[in-house]
Amino acid sequence: MTTWVVLGASSSVARAFARAAAAAGHDLVLAGRDGEDLGRSAADLSVRFACAADVVPFDATDYHGHAAFAERIGRIEGEIAVALFFGVMHPQACVDADVALARRTIAVNYLGAVSVLAHLAPVLEARRGGRIVAVGSMAGVRGRLSNYVYGSAKAGLAAYLQGLRARLWRAGVPVTTVVAGFLDTAMTFGLPGMFLVATPEAAAARILAAAERGREVVYVPGFWRWIALVLRLVPERLFKRLAI
Amino acid sequence: MRLAGWGRVCAAETLACRPERLREVAAALAATPSGGIIARRGGRSYGDAALNGAGRTLLTRRLDRLLAFDPESGLLAAEPGVTLGELVRIFAPRGFLPPVVPGTGFATLGGAVAMDVHGKNHDRAGSFGDHLAWLDLMGPSGEVRRLAPGEPLFAATVGGAGLTGVVTALALRLVRAPAAVGVRERRIGDLDGFLAGLAEARATATYSVGWIDALARGRGLGRGILETAEPVEAPPPAPARGGLAIPCEAPGWLLNKASVAAFNVLYRRRVPRGGGRERVVPVARFFFPLDALCAWNRLYGRAGFHQFQCVLPDAHAETGARRLLETVAKGRPGAFLAVIKTLGGEGRGLLSFPMPGVTLAFDVPRRGGAEALLDACERIVRDAGGRVYLAKDARLSAAAFAEMYPRLEAFREALAIADPNARMGSDLARRLRMREP
Repeated sequence: MTTWVVLGASSSVARAFARAAAAAGHDLVLAGRDGEDLGRSAADLSVRFACAADVVPFDATDYHGHAAFAERIGRIEGEIAVALFFGVMHPQACVDADVALARRTIAVNYLGAVSVLAHLAPVLEARRGGRIVAVGSMAGVRGRLSNYVYGSAKAGLAAYLQGLRARLWRAGVPVTTVVAGFLDTAMTFGLPGMFLVATPEAAAARILAAAERGREVVYVPGFWRWIALVLRLVPERLFKRLAI
Repeated sequence: MRLAGWGRVCAAETLACRPERLREVAAALAATPSGGIIARRGGRSYGDAALNGAGRTLLTRRLDRLLAFDPESGLLAAEPGVTLGELVRIFAPRGFLPPVVPGTGFATLGGAVAMDVHGKNHDRAGSFGDHLAWLDLMGPSGEVRRLAPGEPLFAATVGGAGLTGVVTALALRLVRAPAAVGVRERRIGDLDGFLAGLAEARATATYSVGWIDALARGRGLGRGILETAEPVEAPPPAPARGGLAIPCEAPGWLLNKASVAAFNVLYRRRVPRGGGRERVVPVARFFFPLDALCAWNRLYGRAGFHQFQCVLPDAHAETGARRLLETVAKGRPGAFLAVIKTLGGEGRGLLSFPMPGVTLAFDVPRRGGAEALLDACERIVRDAGGRVYLAKDARLSAAAFAEMYPRLEAFREALAIADPNARMGSDLARRLRMREP
């Protein structure tokens, strides 16, 4: 019996992920700030799949609360799997105009992720079991004009996950990095120029499958691996001129 | 974002939002522009009920959670974006079904409230609003109120075309029923035969619906197939195959009188003469016959089609139905196939469609003469004292609407209290002057 702990469980992809995990027979812990909303999602899971679904308050930037959160998760019996979905993205123009917003972007997407994973890692290490999957972004593949603060946080997260993967591999705990392309979420609804968009359900199914197989890196949707490759190959002298 | 009604005659360029949580719904209501806002999910209303070209559209797709289920009482609480097809898929294997389902499983709980939908069992079960224990309605101010049957705002919300606010949750009483039905089909020679068959089915059958060859004239006027169905305990049906999708716009000429006449003859002849035939099918296939064909509305080509559905009170059902079928059979562009059912009583909503009588529905391709034909049908329904169904309509006049829906004044009074600043709005509401004369 595995319990999936979903961090940032209110987002549409996280919700779809929780449904996919519950459909596969797992129990769920939904962690996030909007307790009322998470309560509705937990009810949905137990009505649909007759699984156990609990709500645990969690705030990515309440770093001091992360120890207690990890301690609470550590009391769960059976295997623990962690799925990290939280994140914020503001339009780059707003971030450029407001340094506080830049700091907040990093505080949630990078510091928050590092802090909570750093507290949870020993729990999994001690049990020598479980798994971690964390959602990064195409924005982290290369710093781009249109999204580089968010991108830098996700790039930092990707590097952190690489190291964590090496550490937890020694304890038999796989760590999967998701490189998310365009997903049809609240973050991207109505944005112009979207293409090759995946539904939350398709993305969630792919993320769960990759995590369960212990894959290191998975692109979602899969085709974005080739776009990432092209992005990486463009020489910096040319790349800086691109308005992407 | 460009949105269209299912018949694709009506379309609107509209601002849209797609909240994923209640607080986002409240934020959207607070930021409503002058044209108001309307909730939309399945997009299965044929006309302009879920369009709001002057304002904003609130897509409830992501509000799709089941909130509680009590297997003792069958009471289910859920968010408005859950589709009825999904409920059937989840609960049929557990021995429960929604008490009322419309002809498509892509319709949602929110839409079922807004249109107080009916099914093939209206005589026995009434309409959707009859099976609600409560409704959570987020009013234009963002405040959620739990409404019980009997409250004026409940009656204005059921069948109220989404104008009283956004339903954020509702409690529906599911009924215990097996996952299959035994369907009996038999050929019917003419309209009199149909009305007699339906009258009998009213007293004896759980579900009944008729398919009429709307191209037949003269002695064959009203010929077709009458289907009745009863729940049966049957081995679990094989999982449904993925539906076929109509991949692209069909050319407008594909459905013409000759091709459809041929189809109608073949469709009728599937059913043997005399005793007809019986078979056991999964409930979903019986409830939602066209759902296996995704995007079937593309069959009518780019121009789209109108669907006309009316109810004729029992006293005038025979004359009214005859005049309608005659008008349609000789008219241009005409209609191809009509669906006939009986309805048992008035709904709980102030603007509920049903009344005791016979309901007829048919598609009218949008070609030259379609509007004149629909106007002629509207006159026949007015003469008979009947009603046109707002979920299908794109053409009715405000005057005819006021005449057909005698509780409109009470609706307007309730709406004036619930939404004094006209924050909710839709193309349908403006066309029919639902808010004020």
